[in-house]
Amino acid sequence: MSSANTTPTPIPGSAAPSGITASASHLGADPKITRRLTRVKHIILVLSGKGGVGKSSVSAQLALSLSSQPPPEGSTSNSTNGKAKVGILDIDLTGPSIPRMLGLDGENVRQSSDGWVPVFTDAQQNLAVMSVGFLLRSKNDSVVWRGPKKNAMIKQFLGDVRWGDLDYLIIDTPPGTSDEHISALEYLNGFHPSAVMVTTPQAVSLADNLRSLDFTRKTGLPVLGLIENMSGYMCPHCQECTNVWGKGGGEALAQREGIRFLGRIPIDPGLVRLLDDAREEAVRKEAGEVTKASDDSSNPRIEGEDQEGAKEGRAAKKEEEEDVSATIPTATTGTALSRTTVQRYFDSQTFPIFQSITEKIKEEVERFKQQLQAPR
Amino acid sequence: MLAVQSQPSLLRSTENPQPSNQPGHPIASSATVSTSTAPDSVARALPDQVPENAPEHCPGTESDQAGKASACQGCPNQSVCASAPKGPDPDLPIIKERMKAVKSKILIMSGKGGVGKSTFTAQLGWAFSSDEETQTAIMDIDICGPSIPTILGLANQSIHASSTGWSPVYVSDNLCCMSIGFLLPSQTSAVIWRGPKKNGLIKQFLKDVDWTAGLEEEEEGEEREERDMREEREERGEPLIDYMLIDTPPGTSDEHLSIVGYLKESGIDGAVLLTTPQEVSLQDVRKEISFCRKMSVPIIGIVENMAGFVCPACHGRSDIFYPSTGGAKALCEELGLNFLGSVPLDPRIGKCCDLGESFVDEYPDSPASKAYLEVIDKIRKIVA
Ligand SMILES: Nc1ncnc2c1ncn2[C@@H]1O[C@H](COP(=O)(O)OP(=O)(O)OP(=O)(O)O)[C@@H](O)[C@H]1O
Ligand SMILES: [Mg+2]
Repeated sequence: MSSANTTPTPIPGSAAPSGITASASHLGADPKITRRLTRVKHIILVLSGKGGVGKSSVSAQLALSLSSQPPPEGSTSNSTNGKAKVGILDIDLTGPSIPRMLGLDGENVRQSSDGWVPVFTDAQQNLAVMSVGFLLRSKNDSVVWRGPKKNAMIKQFLGDVRWGDLDYLIIDTPPGTSDEHISALEYLNGFHPSAVMVTTPQAVSLADNLRSLDFTRKTGLPVLGLIENMSGYMCPHCQECTNVWGKGGGEALAQREGIRFLGRIPIDPGLVRLLDDAREEAVRKEAGEVTKASDDSSNPRIEGEDQEGAKEGRAAKKEEEEDVSATIPTATTGTALSRTTVQRYFDSQTFPIFQSITEKIKEEVERFKQQLQAPR
Repeated sequence: MLAVQSQPSLLRSTENPQPSNQPGHPIASSATVSTSTAPDSVARALPDQVPENAPEHCPGTESDQAGKASACQGCPNQSVCASAPKGPDPDLPIIKERMKAVKSKILIMSGKGGVGKSTFTAQLGWAFSSDEETQTAIMDIDICGPSIPTILGLANQSIHASSTGWSPVYVSDNLCCMSIGFLLPSQTSAVIWRGPKKNGLIKQFLKDVDWTAGLEEEEEGEEREERDMREEREERGEPLIDYMLIDTPPGTSDEHLSIVGYLKESGIDGAVLLTTPQEVSLQDVRKEISFCRKMSVPIIGIVENMAGFVCPACHGRSDIFYPSTGGAKALCEELGLNFLGSVPLDPRIGKCCDLGESFVDEYPDSPASKAYLEVIDKIRKIVA
């Protein structure tokens, strides 16, 4: 074989995240983004090398967990109910899953004098959500965009959304390492984002994860830790644990690469259903409550709180009169939804596991911030 | 303040999306001109915002002046626009010529990641090539997450070039494949590329790869036979490659617009869409359907993957991805599409992928293999 003549030039810039460093300082200084993001304490990106491994479900769970816990020390989010303020931004523009997973399908984003109002899952506005899914007219609509439009959208999500004061902003990313990722990191430059990696235990997926670790290294993005998702499955008939996608690969990878292993989430069909029909469930529950008022008595506190919160939320925003009426419908639906989604989530098998993952992420994020503040 | 009740309506401008970097492309000219994908159009479509990055006199990405006009000074997209090809793309005729060698081109798509596109593509390739007379090529355009090399058991191969172009990597005499995975310095190198670079590579795959290279392989004994086939086909004026299977990344973005754009003249026979049964995935396949309809790519049908899990220990069936809204079948009925079948989740499929083996050949009696073969049969009939 005369292979001497010729291996085609292997990919020239496979190493160079072209543009990230070049334009970062300029773009990072975008005044609108700065104005919004200086009010956000921690920015956490959820990444994976492969698609479908659970980035969105991890993002959703992380956001729900964090927003049900007390704010971190030194919080400036002015939370009124003792819970952290969390935002979740879905930058998977061509395949947004966050609205569905949080039971917010069909909600609308509204315009206020101070930018787009995110959709809140709850009346107290502890969890703010923004996704391109809210901007689509129909579920059959698609976003067919090349890079520049996607970049402009992300920029707008960061600069034009009225996030307010947040303790955490969780960013759910699409699969791959392309425009969305490069742009998000460019825009976030200077705001110290960090990343949580999600993987399944399978080898094809591990190769992909090494690639995405390579991405974090080339872009200088600190990794808080790695979650092994869909690890093992319990057959409901025989209780035998089958390793559908293998098991343990994530932990081994974390060890080898010197990353903290945050935990292992088994396959939980209940979680799929929870994330799939959060809304249907909410609507059903709401309808059921009309006829069966006694259901409520089991949980009067939450309802009372919600209504209080709704009032407070409205009062707190009096500086933007016109906006208030606009958010009411969202807040009302949010009340019903949050009660069920959150409640069902707390009851799910995965919840306790994810609580411990959340704790570790909080620790890591604080540690990372301290490192930043430490004098060199 | 203005539009209190109004929802930001940016998506209205995507009714007729255009492959913005392909001037002279038929789709571009048929779509509404006013929705040109100028870099500022996202912002412009918003109700009451004039972002600082939208130059008032943006010439549009298709223009000769794109990136060069005075209005472009300081626009964040300036360099992208300036470097994008202008005017009729001189490479399109070359691609068309190359693609004359290929009879049927099939896209494998999914909205969601990780639903089994690449596994299915490989399985389809193996199945087609089990007939010695059938020549099949697989083109992997998932630039940031190529998995075809591993799945086909070609992980450490690289590409060679000859006078006629790059030679694809051969799995067998009549099954070959091209992927960015063969071009990377290591399997774990991240490909951190924006759209234009990805598009450039896809174009190279179409333009610079000699898909028929293997037919001239000079191997003892086989040579005669192969020659005969080549000659025979050439005499009859038939294309040398029967099927080209194109494995795409999830989503509806640069890669998808580019492949459809580049193949517009040669024609795409259709797209096979993959999904898992749960609504979160079906939602994304709707986006793919919408893309195909906007781009006039015929939809061959939808395959539902990972539908139900059969426990290897007790053979009991359970749903990991519960079809909370009726699964792919209900979606097909709703939208009038072919439902091609359901493939159950079998943990051995994943293992075969890691090892680069063909699941259908390894476990011919498994329900998943039967399902795969049924689906493949349907596709073969529809494409023929
Ligand atoms: N631990 C788990 N057990 C069972 N199902 C899970 C688990 N984690 C995620 N899933 C389900 O798997 C599917 C894929 O997850 P998800 O949508 O979060 O992946 P993703 O990485 O965001 O995918 P994409 O790359 O398409 O954005 C979802 O239906 C989700 O509900
Ligand atoms: Mg996702």
